[in-house]
Amino acid sequence: MDSGKAAANRPLSPHLQIYRPMLSMIMSIVHRITGAALYFGTALIVIWLVSAAAGPSAFAAVQSIYGSFLGQLVLFGYTWALVHHAIGGIRHLIWDVGRGFGPERELLYRLSLGGSIVLTIVIWIVGYALKGAAG
Amino acid sequence: MRTPLGQVRGLGAAKSGTEHFWVQRLTAVANLPLTLVFVGVVISLAGSSHAGATATLGNPWIAILMLLFVLSGVVHMKIGMQVIIEDYVHHDLCKLLALMANTFFAIVIGLAAAFALLKISFGV
Repeated sequence: MDSGKAAANRPLSPHLQIYRPMLSMIMSIVHRITGAALYFGTALIVIWLVSAAAGPSAFAAVQSIYGSFLGQLVLFGYTWALVHHAIGGIRHLIWDVGRGFGPERELLYRLSLGGSIVLTIVIWIVGYALKGAAG
Repeated sequence: MRTPLGQVRGLGAAKSGTEHFWVQRLTAVANLPLTLVFVGVVISLAGSSHAGATATLGNPWIAILMLLFVLSGVVHMKIGMQVIIEDYVHHDLCKLLALMANTFFAIVIGLAAAFALLKISFGV
């Protein structure tokens, strides 16, 4: 393999900051960021499930924290991350079967960004409409 | 004489082939319908009492779908985070520790969620 010296003399490819930000690269990095956010956000789901398994008082405590303004804000962000990552995943699956590389690519990005925002808001409207319905 | 074939036979530095790529796609496809179920269950339980939540989560159909979501989701997130670590953590020891922590986190999350769901279902 190459020695360290030879590697140091090789020209480097331009790095991220040299490129004009484009929707494609922003959506790509956001897919990774939302994935990482969802990763840590799973702890919120587990806390909620374990509190339900632990009993009424633990569950009531967690429900009130999650129902607070800050809690709702975090959960709203979590919902958007989930929806955005899911729609981005569909886009990746379309690419995986060799489709969507033509001019429609730009449309795919716009649809997934717009769709993720609209769907998140719809989910929250339905959530608030159903609030307390399960008793 | 050494040719690149030898490295391929030893599966290279990653020690695995395209299995991760495939499992990531497999779990991604599974996650799509399961996420819809999960979101539906969670929003139906917004502001719910303990009795209401455990009645819903303890329903066998819902519990099975939630358990499937936990299984598929945990595998997906574990190998996803592994890719992120391998991309950005270059120091050997840090990478090793981060990969270990990633595995531990995924197992704890998966086991805790599964245990909670089973306990709610079996009611002991």
